[in-house]
Amino acid sequence: MSESAVEVADVVKRFGPTTAVAGVDLSLPRGQVLALLGPNGAGKTTTVEMCAGFLRPDSGSLRVLGMDPMSAALRPRVGVMPQGGGAYPGVRAAEMLRLVAACARDPLDPPWLLDVLGLSGAARTPYKRLSGGQQQRLSLACALVGRPELVFMDEPTAGLDPQARRLVWDLVSALRADGVSVLLTTHLMDEAEALADRVVIIDGGRVVAEGTPAALTTEGQMLRFRTRPGLDLTLLSAALPESCVVAEPSPGAYLVSGEVDPQVVSAVTAWCAQQGVLAEELRVGRRSLEDVFLELTGRELRS
Amino acid sequence: MTFPSGTFTPAPGAGRPLRMLWVHARTEATLTLRNGEQVLLTLLIPLALLIGLTLVPVIALPSPRVDAVTPRVLALAVLSSAFTGQAIALGFDRRYGVLKRLAATALPRWLLVLGRVVAGLVVVAVQAVVISVVALLLGWSPSGLLWMVALLALGTLCFGALGVLLGGALKAEVVLALANVVWFVLLLAGGIVVATADLPSGMASVVALLPSAALTDGLTTALSGGVPPLSVWVTLTAWGVGAGVLATRTTRLT
Ligand SMILES: Nc1ncnc2c1ncn2[C@@H]1O[C@H](COP(=O)(O)OP(=O)(O)OP(=O)(O)O)[C@@H](O)[C@H]1O
Ligand SMILES: [Mg+2]
Repeated sequence: MSESAVEVADVVKRFGPTTAVAGVDLSLPRGQVLALLGPNGAGKTTTVEMCAGFLRPDSGSLRVLGMDPMSAALRPRVGVMPQGGGAYPGVRAAEMLRLVAACARDPLDPPWLLDVLGLSGAARTPYKRLSGGQQQRLSLACALVGRPELVFMDEPTAGLDPQARRLVWDLVSALRADGVSVLLTTHLMDEAEALADRVVIIDGGRVVAEGTPAALTTEGQMLRFRTRPGLDLTLLSAALPESCVVAEPSPGAYLVSGEVDPQVVSAVTAWCAQQGVLAEELRVGRRSLEDVFLELTGRELRS
Repeated sequence: MTFPSGTFTPAPGAGRPLRMLWVHARTEATLTLRNGEQVLLTLLIPLALLIGLTLVPVIALPSPRVDAVTPRVLALAVLSSAFTGQAIALGFDRRYGVLKRLAATALPRWLLVLGRVVAGLVVVAVQAVVISVVALLLGWSPSGLLWMVALLALGTLCFGALGVLLGGALKAEVVLALANVVWFVLLLAGGIVVATADLPSGMASVVALLPSAALTDGLTTALSGGVPPLSVWVTLTAWGVGAGVLATRTTRLT
């Protein structure tokens, strides 16, 4: 039982001319939560669907709980929450959950689970008349009802209100505390930071960074400030230590990354004085995953 | 929200096959019988034709008219639910990700197919009972009920396989259009409303090879006390097996 819950090595998946996944490696140790983070079209769903046995990779190797993801023996052990859909259009919420529960040997109590997810009031509502957030929560219930060892959740909080989002976070924490392994996807940085033991950032079908949220974000500090856009940064660069990099990622927002110490702060303010500008909102802090992503890809992660 | 420790402790395992089959088939059959459009297609239209063709002499039929109409309406009922209704439901179920959802549970593929088959048989049984009761009220005097049951079951499997072949491969809207067109064409020119024997001879020899004609002819023979000829069984089996084999290659989850 020591092997990883999920082991993905150099997996490639193409759809016609599009390479959706271009050689992804990732590893989820048992009992942990891994967040696959990336913008729209990064290849998150394609990766999860290969792990869940819905798609066959073009090349590379995938092991889920030590088995081929397509293996039938795996189905009862894994819960899947796909991105969108997953019920008959006319089925009532409670009926759908009862059907999925009937497929498991020792399921959670469906009425209890509906209640936990705030769906008791909608138990008799046909699926196509549930709100988007209610459909999401039913899908999550279906993923959990069989008491799986491993759960795949594709954007579990997309389209949820803050309260429901909080509930999903609590559920993920409870799953982790009870020893369930979770692989979730998100494009929300705070979600990945709050929930995950490990974060894998993908973009354009490739892994661009990987590690614990702490390791990814404390590898250096950041100094941020706002002032007039388009200032010439050469003088400032020269005044800063070698280890520091200065940039203006978006107009008027300046960023100094590296070993930010009091000297760096004073060099920045001195430079601003020279330029005759006032540094506003000047703050020093840990990098966020948002910054890491921006730095690695040069693009903002939409949230 | 906080959860007592141990709430989600893994305890995976597959459900008992018979229970999975029962709940799956029950869900599918309930959904069909609850869906207004499906009820219109599978019950109301056949009943309207049964009553209309019996009482209004729009087409020439041997009398008593009800004895000639009922087998045709039973064949239409099978075409409507096992083929058209099934194809449309499957097309939209795929659109809604149902097959993916069920494929991700412990429900084995063979049970997934069997559940739909059992649900299809249940729906045809309900149709047959309702149609028979109304036909009896109109003065129907059937014989050969055992042959009828066997033919209805084989017809359901045959048209069910054709329905899965259509509904499992194409986009939901295309399935919806095609399934209705095929229904209409087979109803009028497939040996159901107009008996194969009454068609122009060139056309009749082709139509006789269709499953709709085979089922109608078989039911007509059976319900008038005869034994349905071997050709009926062979035609239905061939279409069913052919469609089933093709469908295992072409059916997609989404
Ligand atoms: N079935 C398909 N056919 C063709 N192209 C596809 C298919 N599925 C995905 N793609 C393409 O592969 C790429 C990755 O898609 P994927 O759905 O994995 O992204 P994602 O990270 O899940 O995005 P999102 O955040 O929008 O859900 C995209 O360019 C997408 O257009
Ligand atoms: Mg996606």
